[in-house]
Amino acid sequence: MENFSYSRPATLRDATAQLGKEHGRVAIIAGGTDLLGEMKDELAAPARLVPVRHLREMQGVRTVGAGLRIGAATPLVDVVENRAVQEQAPLLAMAAVKVGTPAIRNMGTIGGNICQRPRCWYYRNNYPCFKHGGSACFSALGENDFHAILEGGPSFIVHPSDTAPALVALGASARIAGPGGRERIVPLDAFFVTPRQDVRRENVLQPDEILVELQVPNAPAGSRATYVKEMVRETWNFALCSVAAMVTLSNGVVSDVRIVMGGVAPVPYRALKAEAAIRGQRLTETTAAAAGAAAVEGARPLAKNGYKVPLTQATVKRALLSLA
Amino acid sequence: MRDDEPNVPEASVSRRAFLKGGAAATGALSSALLPETAEAQLPVATTPDARRTMVEMRVNGIPYRHEVPNHTTLLEFIRGDLKLTGAKAGCDRLQCGACTVIVNGRNIYSCTALAVEVSGAEVTTIEGLAKDNALHPLQQAFIEHSGYQCGFCTSGQILAAKAFLDRHPTPSEDDVRLAMSGNICRCSAYKRILESVMAASRAMPV
Ligand SMILES: Cc1cc2nc3c(=O)[nH]c(=O)nc-3n(C[C@H](O)[C@H](O)[C@H](O)COP(=O)(O)OP(=O)(O)OC[C@H]3O[C@@H](n4cnc5c(N)ncnc54)[C@H](O)[C@@H]3O)c2cc1C
Ligand code: SF4
Ligand code: FES
Ligand code: FES
Repeated sequence: MENFSYSRPATLRDATAQLGKEHGRVAIIAGGTDLLGEMKDELAAPARLVPVRHLREMQGVRTVGAGLRIGAATPLVDVVENRAVQEQAPLLAMAAVKVGTPAIRNMGTIGGNICQRPRCWYYRNNYPCFKHGGSACFSALGENDFHAILEGGPSFIVHPSDTAPALVALGASARIAGPGGRERIVPLDAFFVTPRQDVRRENVLQPDEILVELQVPNAPAGSRATYVKEMVRETWNFALCSVAAMVTLSNGVVSDVRIVMGGVAPVPYRALKAEAAIRGQRLTETTAAAAGAAAVEGARPLAKNGYKVPLTQATVKRALLSLA
Repeated sequence: MRDDEPNVPEASVSRRAFLKGGAAATGALSSALLPETAEAQLPVATTPDARRTMVEMRVNGIPYRHEVPNHTTLLEFIRGDLKLTGAKAGCDRLQCGACTVIVNGRNIYSCTALAVEVSGAEVTTIEGLAKDNALHPLQQAFIEHSGYQCGFCTSGQILAAKAFLDRHPTPSEDDVRLAMSGNICRCSAYKRILESVMAASRAMPV
């Protein structure tokens, strides 16, 4: 790991002032669990790190109006254990507790979790692929067991975050600070970008911007939610596929539904067709299976990740049935 | 991995600016890596080199002050600067738990945390567990139940278990399995590690 300059900015404004106009030269460090790994592997070599965990406006969970404000630098463990999160947005707590191991959740923050870089092994081994500014995707014809079945191309990464699908399902927004006190609010379904939009990045953050907080509306009254994550072992792994599902039943019929999938596309993937298939229906084996089939409509698996299609289909079905 | 860097002319930040930064950073923070008090947490810029920082932390109750290159990990700081070698270097990538230490009450992987980021915090290593020549109940239980074979992972196992039991004094076996799931044992002593932690949970005052 190369050495770097480091000083704790006193305010958010000072922090944005330390950031530059160029990706990579200066890096924001939150828990450091992803960034320091990238620096050790020489995927990143920033000349300066800007720490943010001490900044007050980026910490902790607050209830504001009919929703939560979660500081981007709040450690995942505090999201999992927070009473307001458990009561007002339980889906987020269910997803956050599935991240890695207890120590990763003690160190990693929720902002860092949704801004983490992809796990594609070519990317992590510094192959000169699209993500690194090159002109090829090595996974497309190579080892693509864990890659995208939906929305892939020209890069076939999957979005690795467990909290992102839950946040998208909950209709959360990102509050983003730029230089000179400028701010913008971006709904999370517009925060993540596909490789077609920008092959080098996974979200809309500019190099001089900081994700300050996540604004999470309360889950609708009477709604039920679950986060189902399939892994190669029971814990401590990225999702092969995951499903964040939230439904509201009126007289036994689905009146409102959100289904967002992780691990299958370069962004958290909102399964709109599955939502349409189950809306207005009772939750039964047949309707849940139909929603599962609709969820993978348009899937284009690569040579080695075909298993993800039936897996995702079954996971959507199982998630919905568990809410019946 | 550590190489002492030559001076680089970079905008160095005054002590005053740091103090302001510290003052903004108080509050009831439960996060593991976050310093608990404003005054204790200041990495002090005593040197004109922006790539070195004076780090202050209490390790096993003893306050230390050391200047380090910014890219020094907490593990390098503990083993190299403080000569406390109980925490082990395994994977160096948050994947094995051999480097586990406790920071402000939470177990973390010290191989992939920066010493400057932990400045101001309260750190516990395996060397800090025994009190007045009496082993900690976890250490005693690991001995009595042979919760190890080669012993390389053991300091990490015990510290992960301690951080967990301090918050969940009467766990089920499944709770312990999940809590310990980030600590690998290459000798696969898992069954006896589990027995040791369960025995310790019964022996520890609730
Ligand atoms: C062994 C292992 C297993 C894992 N398993 C899982 C898993 O199962 N599920 C899962 O979801 N994740 C998993 N992860 C990833 C882990 O959860 C993330 O590394 C972590 O959440 C990142 O948070 P952090 O605060 O440490 O981020 P950092 O490493 O500090 O930052 C990550 C990236 O985001 C940027 N960034 C951070 N905060 C901000 C901000 N506020 N504004 C703008 N940019 C920012 C940084 O510059 C950096 O590029 C795993 C990681 C490891 C090492
Ligand atoms: S999937 Fe993306 S990150 Fe992986 S090799 Fe292809 S372009 Fe690179
Ligand atoms: S050495 Fe730190 S987790 Fe393996
Ligand atoms: S006792 Fe040998 S690695 Fe656990």
